[in-house]
Amino acid sequence: MWEVFVRAKRGVSHVHTGTVHAPDAELALQHARDLFTRRSEGVSVWVVRSTDITASNPDDRESLFDPALDKTFRHPTDFELPDEVANM
Amino acid sequence: MGDPDRAQERFDTLIDADARIEPSDWMPDDYRQTLIRQIAQHAHSEIIGMQPEGAWLTRAPSLRRKAILTAKVQDEAGHGMYLYGAAETLGVDRGELLDRLHTGRQKYSSIFNYPTPTWADVGAIGWLVDGAAIMNQVPLCRCSYGPYARAMVRICKEESFHQRQGFQIMLTLANGTPAQREMAQGALDRWWWPALMMFGPPDAESVHGGQSMRWGIKRFGNDELRQKFVDATVPQAELLGLTVPDPDLRYDAGTGHWVSGPIDWDEFWRVVKGDGPCNAERIATRTTAHADGEWVRAAATAYAAKRLGDEQSDTARHDPFGDAA
Repeated sequence: MWEVFVRAKRGVSHVHTGTVHAPDAELALQHARDLFTRRSEGVSVWVVRSTDITASNPDDRESLFDPALDKTFRHPTDFELPDEVANM
Repeated sequence: MGDPDRAQERFDTLIDADARIEPSDWMPDDYRQTLIRQIAQHAHSEIIGMQPEGAWLTRAPSLRRKAILTAKVQDEAGHGMYLYGAAETLGVDRGELLDRLHTGRQKYSSIFNYPTPTWADVGAIGWLVDGAAIMNQVPLCRCSYGPYARAMVRICKEESFHQRQGFQIMLTLANGTPAQREMAQGALDRWWWPALMMFGPPDAESVHGGQSMRWGIKRFGNDELRQKFVDATVPQAELLGLTVPDPDLRYDAGTGHWVSGPIDWDEFWRVVKGDGPCNAERIATRTTAHADGEWVRAAATAYAAKRLGDEQSDTARHDPFGDAA
């Protein structure tokens, strides 16, 4: 099984669109082209063997992502400035 | 996930918040099995659905119609692939699902067990069958299971072309010679009731409806969607100058709805249980196609293995100490 990523147009990233079955990369690419770009949805396609993707474990979600929640100072809106400072 | 109660609680919270469940999330086994059954049946319907129209590919009335129909049938194959892909994220193998279809352990939409004796049937399928499918499928774009919802977004975008091309075929025939008009009317007569049955049995008799609603897999009842379809389609039939084959059909000015006559549910169950006009033929065609393709799959796999072998021996030849890796 292969994961398929399609670049919709120049200037944007490849985005995951789905999966195909194929014995090798060349056929995977052909299947991906037939399946996901019949209506000009892309200008470039990547295929990656599904087993080659390492994903974060959902059980680790809290330890990985929750620490960001109490660090609102990373966002510019966390800093209140006088109205006179118009554009900053 | 360590604590099962906490996992269930997290799942319930996501469902209540109308958030999406993703493949790596914990989910109750019933939820998983319900989705596998529904997505697989949906995929099977797309694949079997290629046959009634595919029968007209070599007999389309013009090169343009033939190219359009080829594109549509190819879309149905693509929809099947998107859906098998979504089902596989739930931990089931595509080969196993196809096997369940071929051996009758899983079903497909009964609508595809009806024949397409004339070119007008191709028009009626696009207009009515794809029209009914759109009514059913648009709410699935908001289904609680992420991969299914995403597949449905792609599918719905493509279905809209299918319905419009079908209606245009009907429009051309309805404005044609008396024989062509008659052909269009005949197709409407054949497909109207089966199209209404596509929404499934009345909600009061629906087995899985309630739980699927609570899980956010289903968003509207069968009767509600069927009514929506009737309300949208009757005026289209009038525009074509064709007669909907329902003597009881009437407009209720009070509710603003078209009220249809009783549906023959005995026929529905007969076709579901295997006794439709084309059940045996559809499965026979499918299993033959699968068997006929076996040598292609085997050859592609053997070729891939051979090339992998060649690559490895190449690496060994040019890099005897294995440093290049």
